[in-house]
Amino acid sequence: MSTNPPDDNAIEEAVKIKEAGKATEIVAITVGEEKAQETVRKALAVGADKGIHVKTEGALEPLAVSKIIQKIVEKEKPDLVFMGKQAIDDDCNQTGQMLSALLNWPQATFASNIEIKDNFLEVTREIDEGLETIQINIPAIVTCDLRLNEPRYASLPNIMKAKKKPIEEINVSDLGIDIKPRIEQLKVEEPPKRKAGIKVANVAELVQKLKNEAKVI
Amino acid sequence: MAVLLIAEHNNKELRPFTLNAATAASQIDADVHAVIIGQNSETAAKKLSELPLIKKVISIEAPHYENFTAENFAPAIVKLAGNYSHIVCSANTFGKNLMPRIAAHLDTSQVSDIIKVISPDTFLRPIYAGNAFATVKTNDAKKCITIRPTSFEPCESSGGTATIEKGEAGEEFSNTKFIKREEIKSDRPELGTARIVVSGGRGMQSGDNFKLITEVADKLGAAIGASRAAVDAGYISNDHQVGQTGKVVVPDLYIAIGISGAIQHLAGMKESKVIVAINKDGEAPIFSVADYGLEADLFEALPQFMAELNKLNTIQK
Repeated sequence: MSTNPPDDNAIEEAVKIKEAGKATEIVAITVGEEKAQETVRKALAVGADKGIHVKTEGALEPLAVSKIIQKIVEKEKPDLVFMGKQAIDDDCNQTGQMLSALLNWPQATFASNIEIKDNFLEVTREIDEGLETIQINIPAIVTCDLRLNEPRYASLPNIMKAKKKPIEEINVSDLGIDIKPRIEQLKVEEPPKRKAGIKVANVAELVQKLKNEAKVI
Repeated sequence: MAVLLIAEHNNKELRPFTLNAATAASQIDADVHAVIIGQNSETAAKKLSELPLIKKVISIEAPHYENFTAENFAPAIVKLAGNYSHIVCSANTFGKNLMPRIAAHLDTSQVSDIIKVISPDTFLRPIYAGNAFATVKTNDAKKCITIRPTSFEPCESSGGTATIEKGEAGEEFSNTKFIKREEIKSDRPELGTARIVVSGGRGMQSGDNFKLITEVADKLGAAIGASRAAVDAGYISNDHQVGQTGKVVVPDLYIAIGISGAIQHLAGMKESKVIVAINKDGEAPIFSVADYGLEADLFEALPQFMAELNKLNTIQK
């Protein structure tokens, strides 16, 4: 199973911060079925110190995931939680914001730059109008944009070493929270296909078509 | 119960997608109220009250609402939520940042980025970068919905006379502070709402070369878009990115120049009415969605394109 791309940026940022001497321990957590553990193993191979795998079965909504991570955060007491800004399958873009609401922590979403100060962060966020900078006190949640950093690849020796690092397995039923889905998926269908277009021979033909056939210019 | 629309604004003007979100809200229930949270935001509240779809405006003002932070806005909306069946806003960076925080406070599973209202509890939304459409039904009593603005027409913006009521401000969230916003000012139309978008990709090879795109965009009165590859390479700023992790655009005409057409890019533009692709690689996937494809070196094609446009007597703007 592969890691969701912006979550690779989240792992990379945590590792960079530890390498800069500003963090002491990185805990990598995943929630999901047995094979989801591969993503924690990968995080351990690029620099995380220990892993946690909360075992679940079946579909999980972002609200449920955020409640699960809330439990882990309350136990592990991290200063910062890094997450990807959205999953590229369901594209919900919710979990980080929900987690920060549940914890009543600050949230810096869509982060493209992070400066760590004493007990706060200055985060540059990518927004529709351009860029925004906010200051958030620690503890806080940061959701990472793809431009935050360049995730590294694990080297073979590090992959081998990662096999010895601990992964704690937790059954979600032991956390005592309600994770039943609230949303039913009634149907999944293919979107309407576009009609096949044509190739034009040259720029003059293109402009004629746009003017006289499509009538868009 | 009525539907609550969250207005997006800069205290003076409504942001344009508020009109699209109002349309979506009215398709859920005709009784739409709108909340506007800001500081010295009377002008924007007045404009909101003029949308004929809005039956009532709730204006909440406090110094800590001058700039938008989800941490400050969410509790104010949660306080109002008891009176409403649905809370609605756009699935742009404003709504994406804010709505999940509200939903979690209300213990509601949010439905993100809907493209169609099927019934008050059932919606259509794209998944897998738009490669599938899911019909979803939410069983939560309180429904938090973000809407894809380009899938709903903007509503009328004048003629309405909704009452404006004052709402109660929440406490300030002191652990988050707004520092600054760097908005890229431009005379061109906004990317999200432009009738024509001209986009460049990695094939542009440099930021300097984007001036070829700028010329065409100026001539056509178009907005400028870009693929993620072009933004990552630093050719152009992030607010131009079109695609799964950028903006979704649905213009009348989308011109993709030097863009290969990865599915992540297609997710942001393939609903455009007419798509043109200019690319020297005849096998590029962008041609599979293009109505008009031109296999050519863009550095030869773009100057010719300008020359042909200059020959036209009139250009629609």
